[in-house]
Amino acid sequence: MISTIEELVATAEKRGCKISTLVKELEAKSTGKSEEELFQRMRSFLQVMKEAADKGVSQEIRSVSGITGGEGLKMWNAVDRSLLGRTAAMAAARAMAVSNVNASMGKIVAAPTAGSCGILPGAILTVGERLSKTEDEMVDSLFTAAAVGKIIALHATLSGAEGGCQAECGSASAMAAAAVVELAGGTPRQAAHAVAMALKAVMGLVCDPVAGLVEVPCVKRNAMGAVEAILAADMAMAGIESVIPADEVIEAMKEVGCMMSYKLRETAMGGVAATPTGKKLSEKI
Amino acid sequence: MDIFDIIGPVMIGPSSSHTAGAVRLGNLARSILGEEPKKAKITLFNSFAKTGRGHGTDKAVIAGLLGFMPDDERIKTAFEEAHERGLQYQLFAEESGEGLHPNTVSFELEGATKKTQVTGCSIGGGRVKVTAIDGFEVELSGDYPTIITVHKDRPGIVALVTALLAERGINIAQMRVSRKKKGQEALMMIESDEKLPGEIKEVLGNIKDIYRVITFSE
Repeated sequence: MISTIEELVATAEKRGCKISTLVKELEAKSTGKSEEELFQRMRSFLQVMKEAADKGVSQEIRSVSGITGGEGLKMWNAVDRSLLGRTAAMAAARAMAVSNVNASMGKIVAAPTAGSCGILPGAILTVGERLSKTEDEMVDSLFTAAAVGKIIALHATLSGAEGGCQAECGSASAMAAAAVVELAGGTPRQAAHAVAMALKAVMGLVCDPVAGLVEVPCVKRNAMGAVEAILAADMAMAGIESVIPADEVIEAMKEVGCMMSYKLRETAMGGVAATPTGKKLSEKI
Repeated sequence: MDIFDIIGPVMIGPSSSHTAGAVRLGNLARSILGEEPKKAKITLFNSFAKTGRGHGTDKAVIAGLLGFMPDDERIKTAFEEAHERGLQYQLFAEESGEGLHPNTVSFELEGATKKTQVTGCSIGGGRVKVTAIDGFEVELSGDYPTIITVHKDRPGIVALVTALLAERGINIAQMRVSRKKKGQEALMMIESDEKLPGEIKEVLGNIKDIYRVITFSE
């Protein structure tokens, strides 16, 4: 069994294959299911991601509480004016669109959680479209993302209640960064550097949901997470390396999560949840 | 843990614990009742009570009682669906459920012929645990085919049940027996690795001193 990013990369390098090729093979072996069955299941997930993203950029989706809504649509309408450029703006728009759908009790894929469900679709659908990749290639990249998430879950956590937002949106961003590198034709080694850089960027990020709801600041953090993933991938494919290896960054993330006060781990007692406005909104709901 | 625990499940938002998990708990309560619920008294505790409305936990538990899965888009309109299907429900919120898991819900259910009380909690990532059935302590995940018996607390019942399962090649993954008082009623829950044959409910129901058998597979 592969349990570290280093093993994952080294094995893929030795075999001269993509990370996703290796992951599909290993997963088929360990679950007793065929690679085809796994692939079709992942394809159905990509489909749900795409439907949610399309919905959220084409209509104003309001949340059940009414605190958030329409961010995906607003950003989508502004992509041509974006200073960062269309790719970043579209990734951000799609990430918020999926998050909007989630907050409205619509259908999404937890990736790895519902709170961070916009990051992977935002990054992958946008980069896939930009580089004219096939649906199969996008599905493959989700396997690479899942493998990264699995390793993070093994050594740290993916839950905001345990490790803060760094563990939830941070992990989603790291998973997306690896997926983007593979989708764009980068190497497994570059994917690992992208994972490390994405996680380092949000090291210590707290989980501070206003009124305990997956809305503020979650919807907008999904946008940041998607753009950050693409930037981490760009940096890695430019040849920039993370000084600290991904596996050590994951361990550090876990340690930071342990040091974090419970007030900063999804309890809505710290961060923006504890601001005057945050409290006022909480009382209203 | 497989990769679909990382990417997946497909679910109705906004929260795996407060929405998807709540649907699952409603599903399990429905399965334990064993028939279409007609009346339901539901109490949400602690975090479920505090943030439940914004997370749609109230709609999610009702949707679960109606038999909807966590990815069913009708969860959003569960109140209207309940009305159409003739499920009368009352929802209560109890923000200070001491000693209870932060995400706890209790159900008092009535169908055409049966009644039951079920308590459970949502433990994260959409996974759940039923902690009490009709006053008996249990620990049920709903991830396995499940058998529950209510029987007289006397020697030999467990042996009879497990022997009948062994004859049919059914392996027990988890098992627990609990009782309220010695010599009175006891409850046994079994989670099995294998699918349960359709006849098992009747076979176990025929054992002397077994009063009730509940079986379900997710």
